[in-house]
Amino acid sequence: MGNAYILEVKNVTKDFGGVRALHDVSFCLREGEFLGVIGPNGSGKSTLVNSITGFVKPTSGSVVFRGKDITGKRPYTISRLGIGRTFQMAKAYHHLPAFKNVIIPLCSKRVGTFKGGRYGERDDIALDLLEEVGFERDSSIPYKLANSLPHGYLKRLELARCLALRSEIVILDELFSGMSMSEVASTLPIVEKLKTEGRTVIMIEHRLKELFRVVNKIVVLNFGMKIAEGSPEEVMEREAVRSAYLGSEE
Amino acid sequence: MITESKNGKTSESKRRKERLDRGIKARADTIFALTSYREALYLLFPRALVVVGMLLVPLVLDTYWTKVVVITCVIGILALSWDFIASAGMFSLGQALFFGLGGYIAGILNHYLGWPPVMTIPVAAVAGGICSALLLLPVLRLRGIYFAMVTFILPLIGAKIIEATGLLGGIAGLSALTPLPNLWVAVYLIIIALIVCLFGFRRVMDTDYGLVLKGMMDNDQAVMASSINIYWYKAQTLFMAASAAAFAGAFMTHYYRFVGIPVFAMDYTILPVASTVVGGVGGFAGAVLGSFILVPLCEALRAIGSWRIVFYSFLMVLFVVVMPEGIFHYMARKYHQFERWVTTE
Repeated sequence: MGNAYILEVKNVTKDFGGVRALHDVSFCLREGEFLGVIGPNGSGKSTLVNSITGFVKPTSGSVVFRGKDITGKRPYTISRLGIGRTFQMAKAYHHLPAFKNVIIPLCSKRVGTFKGGRYGERDDIALDLLEEVGFERDSSIPYKLANSLPHGYLKRLELARCLALRSEIVILDELFSGMSMSEVASTLPIVEKLKTEGRTVIMIEHRLKELFRVVNKIVVLNFGMKIAEGSPEEVMEREAVRSAYLGSEE
Repeated sequence: MITESKNGKTSESKRRKERLDRGIKARADTIFALTSYREALYLLFPRALVVVGMLLVPLVLDTYWTKVVVITCVIGILALSWDFIASAGMFSLGQALFFGLGGYIAGILNHYLGWPPVMTIPVAAVAGGICSALLLLPVLRLRGIYFAMVTFILPLIGAKIIEATGLLGGIAGLSALTPLPNLWVAVYLIIIALIVCLFGFRRVMDTDYGLVLKGMMDNDQAVMASSINIYWYKAQTLFMAASAAAFAGAFMTHYYRFVGIPVFAMDYTILPVASTVVGGVGGFAGAVLGSFILVPLCEALRAIGSWRIVFYSFLMVLFVVVMPEGIFHYMARKYHQFERWVTTE
């Protein structure tokens, strides 16, 4: 196998009407790499995630996963192939208890065919996953309705749902946004664990301090264009990145 | 276990109403901790009441009201079918399509091929379910009001096609079909079908499969991100719901010995939706309760002549305004909770 890349994003462009959200963005990812995507608000980070995971169809360009073109495939097909994601705005199933939220991905063909009825083994797997992301198992929290959970828990519920799929590539879209300092501190080890497990991760984040602790590589977007790529240190040295983030010094 | 307590009065009041869940509920809404026969009976009683009550009802009524029960059960099945689709996040206004397809398939099989009802009804239920799912397959991507619009239009198109082409008896319809043996068979057939649908749909929604359907209602993007093909699930849901409605349609064909354009009428769409809203959306028991209130009420109001529709509509508005959650959900809450006044400082 000459091609060692697990994910290749080639010249992806996405227009929404007259607005060009992504302009000719390309990057490659090797297995086990931990990529951070940063950029100011509206720079196209979420559109990039949506393009990779099939939630929007790129206007041009292609996304290749393990040598297979997945551009414009349906989100569930891409997810089944092994690319999992979380959403920036936590998308919980509000009318269901937290642990039932996690059972839904466990019902997918990726995880296994239907087994166990309503008190089946999926309940236990779901509770284990929730415990992993910090839902205290012996408390009532895993059994609470999702619409009564605080924001930080919803974000971690989102993470648990993504972990349930055991995806090869995990895409975390602003996981830490809206979390308290202590929640971030307790969630970071879970993300670090993904790294030690050797999983490929793409993490979009505004909290650079936490991000730089885990990533090997950074891609910086601004106005839909890739303005820098490289290790965290060298990327932050670049003038273009500094000016995009801090405003240029004239 | 205390899960909820709300202020019964304004905050400066010294007394407040405390609502406590009965101890039977453990952790989540669907997980019960049964420790005695009394508690088992507590859960069993409302369910047994429904089944036994329905089975006894034709024994105490005269022929006229037994016929009302038949219509009530048909509307009840359509309401259950609507509620089932709704709990998977699809808002349908096309129960008449499912109903009409079932009715016409049974009519065709009986009129042209001479099949007896014992064969036409099951075949029409399955075939009606498949046809409905296939017809709606291209529009499963639509959501909310757009999906509702398409389902609303399809039965009207069905009626117009038959009218324009004159196929299948045209405006006159197919008549003199094989009747059901007698009213007893008819009423018990439809009552048992209603009970099977009620508990069957409830059972489906309680499994992990039903969880996926509930997930689609809340958030279909998250379900797609969970590598679940929502369109396949929606098609299956439509098949199940449409089969139930098509069964009701096929039953009515043989019950009336006639099938014609009226099976696509809006009554079969609006009345089930109204029943479900009055009884309570979600959980299916509300749909049945609603139809058992609205349909007999409509009959009882015949005594007041032309004021009937005015009163009927007024009562429906009243139900919705006074109990927006639905009568069933209100009753269930009262059954599952203690209420008491407590003093606060």
